[in-house]
Amino acid sequence: MSTAERVVFQHVTKRYPGTGKGNPGAVEDLSLEVPAGKVCVLVGPSGCGKTTSLKMVNRLIEPTSGRILIGDRDVMQGDVIALRRGIGYVIQQVGLFPHQTIRENVATVPRLLGWEEARRRDRADELLALVGLDPARYAERYPSALSGGERQRVGVARALAADPPVLLMDEPFGAVDPIVRERLQNELLRLQEQLAKTILFVTHDIDEAIKMGDLVAVLQTGGHLAQFGTPDEILANPASEFVARFVGADRGLKRLALVRVRDLELRPAPTARPGDDVAAARKRAAADPFPYLLLVDDANRPIGWIDDRRLQSLDSLTADVAESESPLFDRHTTLKDALSMLLEAGVQAGIVVNDAGAVQGLVTVEMILERTRAAAEDGP
Amino acid sequence: MIEVSWALDHLDDLAFRVAQHIELAAIPVMIGFAISLALAIWAVRRPVVRGPIVSASGVLYTIPSAALFAALLPVTGIEIQTAVIPLTLYTLLIYLRNMLAGLDGVAPEVIEAADAMGYGRWQRLLRVELPLALPLIVGGVRLASVSTIGLVTVSGILGDRFGGLGFFIFEGYRHNFGIEIAFGAVPTILLALAVDLVLQRLQGRLTPWAPRTVRAIDPGRADPGRAVAGGAA
Repeated sequence: MSTAERVVFQHVTKRYPGTGKGNPGAVEDLSLEVPAGKVCVLVGPSGCGKTTSLKMVNRLIEPTSGRILIGDRDVMQGDVIALRRGIGYVIQQVGLFPHQTIRENVATVPRLLGWEEARRRDRADELLALVGLDPARYAERYPSALSGGERQRVGVARALAADPPVLLMDEPFGAVDPIVRERLQNELLRLQEQLAKTILFVTHDIDEAIKMGDLVAVLQTGGHLAQFGTPDEILANPASEFVARFVGADRGLKRLALVRVRDLELRPAPTARPGDDVAAARKRAAADPFPYLLLVDDANRPIGWIDDRRLQSLDSLTADVAESESPLFDRHTTLKDALSMLLEAGVQAGIVVNDAGAVQGLVTVEMILERTRAAAEDGP
Repeated sequence: MIEVSWALDHLDDLAFRVAQHIELAAIPVMIGFAISLALAIWAVRRPVVRGPIVSASGVLYTIPSAALFAALLPVTGIEIQTAVIPLTLYTLLIYLRNMLAGLDGVAPEVIEAADAMGYGRWQRLLRVELPLALPLIVGGVRLASVSTIGLVTVSGILGDRFGGLGFFIFEGYRHNFGIEIAFGAVPTILLALAVDLVLQRLQGRLTPWAPRTVRAIDPGRADPGRAVAGGAA
């Protein structure tokens, strides 16, 4: 597996002949660095130059001035063909070769690089499996026999075939329906955990940008870089009126989608087991301001809640006295989902459990609101 | 039955004329293919030459064939070139229209993907563009073959050394002998149909990935937007 390499834009400008500044597709003095192994999403409205910027990396478009480096190499130095064979490329319309089988399509760059037949074949089949297409079923088919989502997977497999350190993706999931898009996004994130390529990803959809990017570059019509930072920085602290409008009025909620339960310091849960001494349980409940006691089983798995007032009138603790329900979270639950579930729950605390189902602690609405407030104070 | 005995007496002649017919058709179909392919690639590479190339082949196509044979006769004499040159010129428009349509029909995203993956210009042409244009290119070969097989008969105007099966047609016309006209016309039609069928099979064999419905562009037919006047025959 090759190592990823950084991609650096240094004062890159692209102007089209006969036009001045601010024309669709033009790029004006773009400087940014994408560290090796990170996903950088270029996002912005139509004509902001995001696709132009992407295509300058593999020289499908050549810059008017400025430099683009991959690692430490200037892309304008050296052979353009060799450069392109070392960069994966995925586009919205996929662009599979209709006259070649899926296996031949995936093995395109290895074939251009002169790999021998058996190695190409193994590599293609390995990649098909990696993107979730069974080689036995798909390898011999022609692209016309595949659905849009399947073709896009083949497109991703083809881009990865020669294990390039850099991947360029131009609205790769723009042409598939929302359900398939969601799945392909998740699969790409999962793949990226294994592969850790440097990915430049173009989209016009801010939600996709926030979801996919380690870094987000917001471009503005005229090809100006309006802001470059992590998704959270951009949502918390939009650099301009334009960025604030582009990310939308619900950016507070969008930020909650970036934070997960594992990022919070959990509140310890006041617990008791069936058969515990009631007096001791009352004392524990009284010591904790939370107005409920959580009944758990021997393996520390949640059974249900007991209201503190009800506890006063009980003679013994049994499993059937537990009543109110509340949602269960795991470490990966986003705060946006957590908040949404808590607003509908009887007891406004989510129980965080581990893989075995044992209670780890609680997440309350107050904790989520507190987190948003703290984050807002980082803001402008 | 004088007709039947006449026919039986002339079977040797028939075999000779069929062979001649095939030769007179095959040479222009092959030379025309090579010239057109080179011109089509040139036109795709240099868009400025495209208009003139297509116009010129269109003008050639409008010249009546009998006139062209006659006009060449003083220049090239009673030689095979005199028959082959006009027949070749008539294939150019058929080929060019189909080759260009085939190359134009390659989806832009396929070209973009090929460039982005590091195909060189010629590699892209040979491995991507021409294979994808193949259904229309072979369609052009079918049309050019059928059209040329028909036109070979007109070369009989140059005398009895040419014409292929057209020889019988001219002779039959001269002697007002119907069976002899049929002796030339019917095998000509059968030959054209047989060649078309073989090439149709070949087309399917060469392009297993393509839909079965690709139709070649016939410049002689009504073709909205790009009408071509006249006809070669």
